[in-house]
Amino acid sequence: MISLLLILIPFLTGIVSFFLQDEKTAKSWALISSFFTLAIALIGVYTINQKNLLSFDAEWLPQLGSRFTIGLDGMGKMLCLLTAIALPVVFVSTYKNEYQKPGSYFGLMLWMQAGLMGVFLSMDCLLFYFFWELALIPAYFLCSKWGGEKRIAVTFKFFIYTFIGSLLMLVGILYVYFKTPDHSFALQSFYHAGLSVNEQYFAFWLFFIAFAIKMPVFPFHTWQPDTYEQAPTSVTMILSGVMVKMGIFALIRWLLPIFPDAVLKFNHFIILLCIIGILYASLIAIKQNNIKRLVAYSSIAHIGLMCAAVFTNQQVAIQGVMIQMFNHGINIIGLWIVADAIEKQFGTGKFSELGGLAQKAPGLAILLVVMALANIALPLTNAFPGEFLIFNGLFRYNVWMAAIAGISIILAAVYTLNMIQKIFYGNTVAVTENAHDSSMNIKLALVILVIIVIVLGVYPQPMIQLTGGSVHTVLAKINP
Amino acid sequence: MLIQYYIALASALFCIGVVGVLTRSNAIIVFMCIELMLNAVNLLLVAFSKMHFALAQTANAATTAGTDAQLFVFFIMVVAAAEVSVGLAIIVMMYRNVHSADINFLNRLKN
Amino acid sequence: MSLAYLVPLFPLLGFLINGLFRNSLSKSMIGIIGSGVVLASFIISVILFFDVKNNGGAVTQYFNFINVDSFKIPFAFQIDALSSLFLLIITGVGFLIHVYSTSYMHEEPAGHFGRYFSYLNLFVFSMLLLVMGANYVIMFIGWEGVGLCSYLLIGFWFKNDNYNYAAKKAFVMNRIGDLGFLLAVFWILSKLGTANYADVFAQTAKLSATDITGITLLLFVGAMGKSAQIPLYTWLPDAMAGPTPVSALIHAATMVTAGIYMIARSHALYSLSDISQNVVAIVGLATALLAASIALYQNDIKKILAYSTVSQLGFMFLALGVGAYTTGVFHVMTHAFFKALLFLGAGSVIHAMSGEQDITKMGGLRKKLPVTYWTFLFGVLAISGFPFTSGFISKDEILLAVYSYNKVYFWIAAFTAVLTAIYMFRLLMLVFFGGFRGTQEQEHHLHESPPAMTIPLVILGILSLIGGFVQLPASFGGHDYLNEFLGSGMANVPAITNENAAAAIKEYYLLGGTVIGLIIIFAATKKFFAVDKFDSEYTGFKKVLANKWYVDELYDAVIVKPLNSIAGFLKNIFEKSGIDGIVNGVGRFVQYSSRQLRLIQSGQVGSYILFMVLSVVMLFWVFWNQEIIVQFLQKIF
Repeated sequence: MISLLLILIPFLTGIVSFFLQDEKTAKSWALISSFFTLAIALIGVYTINQKNLLSFDAEWLPQLGSRFTIGLDGMGKMLCLLTAIALPVVFVSTYKNEYQKPGSYFGLMLWMQAGLMGVFLSMDCLLFYFFWELALIPAYFLCSKWGGEKRIAVTFKFFIYTFIGSLLMLVGILYVYFKTPDHSFALQSFYHAGLSVNEQYFAFWLFFIAFAIKMPVFPFHTWQPDTYEQAPTSVTMILSGVMVKMGIFALIRWLLPIFPDAVLKFNHFIILLCIIGILYASLIAIKQNNIKRLVAYSSIAHIGLMCAAVFTNQQVAIQGVMIQMFNHGINIIGLWIVADAIEKQFGTGKFSELGGLAQKAPGLAILLVVMALANIALPLTNAFPGEFLIFNGLFRYNVWMAAIAGISIILAAVYTLNMIQKIFYGNTVAVTENAHDSSMNIKLALVILVIIVIVLGVYPQPMIQLTGGSVHTVLAKINP
Repeated sequence: MLIQYYIALASALFCIGVVGVLTRSNAIIVFMCIELMLNAVNLLLVAFSKMHFALAQTANAATTAGTDAQLFVFFIMVVAAAEVSVGLAIIVMMYRNVHSADINFLNRLKN
Repeated sequence: MSLAYLVPLFPLLGFLINGLFRNSLSKSMIGIIGSGVVLASFIISVILFFDVKNNGGAVTQYFNFINVDSFKIPFAFQIDALSSLFLLIITGVGFLIHVYSTSYMHEEPAGHFGRYFSYLNLFVFSMLLLVMGANYVIMFIGWEGVGLCSYLLIGFWFKNDNYNYAAKKAFVMNRIGDLGFLLAVFWILSKLGTANYADVFAQTAKLSATDITGITLLLFVGAMGKSAQIPLYTWLPDAMAGPTPVSALIHAATMVTAGIYMIARSHALYSLSDISQNVVAIVGLATALLAASIALYQNDIKKILAYSTVSQLGFMFLALGVGAYTTGVFHVMTHAFFKALLFLGAGSVIHAMSGEQDITKMGGLRKKLPVTYWTFLFGVLAISGFPFTSGFISKDEILLAVYSYNKVYFWIAAFTAVLTAIYMFRLLMLVFFGGFRGTQEQEHHLHESPPAMTIPLVILGILSLIGGFVQLPASFGGHDYLNEFLGSGMANVPAITNENAAAAIKEYYLLGGTVIGLIIIFAATKKFFAVDKFDSEYTGFKKVLANKWYVDELYDAVIVKPLNSIAGFLKNIFEKSGIDGIVNGVGRFVQYSSRQLRLIQSGQVGSYILFMVLSVVMLFWVFWNQEIIVQFLQKIF
């Protein structure tokens, strides 16, 4: 029931939102809706343990063997909570931004949330695909209608790129579907599809490429920086904070258990690819001159690390990935909020045109520094436990790979401190001469995030615990 | 007579029609060639119908096998007549527009 | 023991209060809070110290920090002899530095004043966490924490871009070390499933020789970064960009001693690997020598002190490397006294000189700054090893241990000790003796510092003189109190105190040391008279030393620049034309081919019909050869 509410609330309020004309009304409506969803998610995650309350099952497409089965397990809880937290924070932080046709804008945002929730909740592969696309399509419209100057070309690339991935996955889903003994899309049928080794090798790539594009991992990442730059910031926050997690989540929920043999065969190659990607993205981030692109490349590096950890098949690493997904979402949303605040105020995100903001906007500076330090996984911030577990798993898998991937820790420090220095330190320049501290709503959103950062950094165990069981189930398929 | 003669004749007519359609640019002639192809098929239908009828008759005098092909021929002729009336009308319209019956002028849809 | 959590809690509270209310609190209030919390920690540390002395150490667990599947990392504190001693040093010396800062930083605007003290408290908090943690993960938290705080404090005056670069350099170099540390922790975790000291040291038998060597070497990489050893030492001299008390804090009480602490803590592992011990000893020795040689020709008062710290840290690592763990720790303690003293004294000088740091522009300050002069003199005597000062006793013990380990090392170390005395006396002479070489205005402003600054100096001066007596060698009628105290926690310390062999050398050494010391004073004084030399550039070997062996330039050319150009290549060429080129290329290919295919649609009715006929013929052909084609396709796939 809870899980159904998590999808229905944003979906239905989204429909209503399309008919709202007034900007204030639309904003408040979306905010109320997202807070309501957050409340439901918190209830679902922390208070209810009965399975029947958390899951929901109904007839959907009986002819195809697909049912509307959704459920909230440990992994789902983690990401639904992230989705539920992300939206209110995003709405609060962008409360002062102005939009044309606000009703449609917030309607699409809410639909996107419904799609994301669905992806994390669905226990039926066709349903999963349905929500996967439901999350993508609003994103496309949001970017192409409300985005930056080059939005049409960039969004087109983004959409085609991810859509090709989706279609490959659809082929893969159908392929596995026809191999299932009972011709069903249900999660358990897929888990027990009994694919031969060669069939796995083939279908594995269909799924993997789709997820790899979504995450994105090197070398499928080029849609990302452009899209993040051109999309409206609130969409970027959701895209990078939550939507890219769909890819990693799908790896753990669908790819690993369905294709265990293929995973064991290809994981070495994929981890290698990820590690190249991590270093590659980190190096590029060092040379970036624009805060948005820097954050985008830093995100690619972090996601690459998570992807590598998934394929180590270590309980430690995958639980690390789960908590890291949540924390990365929180941290990167925080960074985007700052990036947006800077760009809105000065009309530029270029380091070379900024400087000395710490004198003019100390509040923003402190909050950014905390978010940035969390982004480089400093201990006692939320990202540390996750990255610690991830590297730990990677180390158990292969010492040298862990060591090489570890270089990214150093590079991350370099580019993050570069960013802080160029924007906040030094003397003020022309554009920052008359700067003022950011408005209350931005600070409020950041303070919420900072509190999450610190609390989860000091006491991460409750979050880590959340996923123990479901990760164990997944891994039992691979390492019986 | 052997059926092969009919087939040869019909094939010849059909090929003439095809070649005509492919090579000529005058709409009227193209049109005539299309008719020629149609009639080649008609001829073949009639020929086979007669052949089947003759074969079937030896077994059963009261048979009607093969007659449906002749029905088809009439059908085709009717359709062809309708087609001619529309086609000629198009050609006339075309002539009015471009003052020529050359089909190579009919490339306005290209862009 | 139940009070242990209060020790780091107080500075944390101080950090929060000073950080959050820095604009509303008055400066004196901020100063009281900032110093008061550290004093409170100090008092509790003293209680803990005596508790440990009487009842032995204990581990207190608070909550599960990370608890996954196969391994458990509790958030726990371990208070034993080693950590309680460090607690005393950190909070004690830290407190004095805080008090000193209230006066030194008084000219900062209120907001920045509060920020300064909150950072300072956070620094102490991180260091306490590092020392108190009962496992390597908690230690790592503090480990990175001090890195962060040093970053924040070095770049405290953030308007100056050079300071920011120095801060960034410190953080990044520390992170290189941190990676080594982290890998060592992973290694331990993957082999033993625990990172608790007690459990790890109890299970060393489970580790192979390779494991132990690997772990200890990686840990040492961490120590290299944090404690500024070759090759990661270059950040420390640059870290002088921060306010002077911060330098004192970094060099004496916190941060750089972390590496020593960590190795002393892990002595059970190091003792098992000869290779690692030797590496530690050699790196320590090389660093000591290199830094001492550089210090000879520096002209910035803080830079000289910074290189002397690097050099002294080298001594400590040398001691650890030869297995004299307690001696290394002992030198940490004495070094904390005299190095804090020297930095604070230097701060007092800089304060008096209105910010001037170049010793060639000072001179003759003895009269104007008597307290500073006398205390500074004590510091110089201690660091140069003047007999019976604290530095003498600890350094003597190190040399003794080295002597029984390797004679070559001993002579190099002894030579380095001589160099130490030379550059320290040079510093003393140039600053406090001779005539004043600064501007008129500076001379006019010269004044002794206020009591808040001089009282810590006096306390530290006394400690520098007598602090070594806890470990006075038996041959002088002393007793190894410290060894005894630490020995209870460091069971594995090899018997470096085989008095019989050592006693004779000791006597010689002491006499020799004194004589050498005198010669050095003489030499340094001579040097000081050659003031006119400052006008001319250094040449030849001196130039190499003055330019720090060009190590910074080397790193720049070998690591930073190539990395930058690789990154630039990746960003501007590989990413744009390579990967994105392929992606866009696919799109462009589709567009191009459809543009070409469009030409087929010529609009010529004839061509359409031709295609139609050809296609029909094709279809007939396919139908007739169906089986061949199917076979062919099957063969391909």
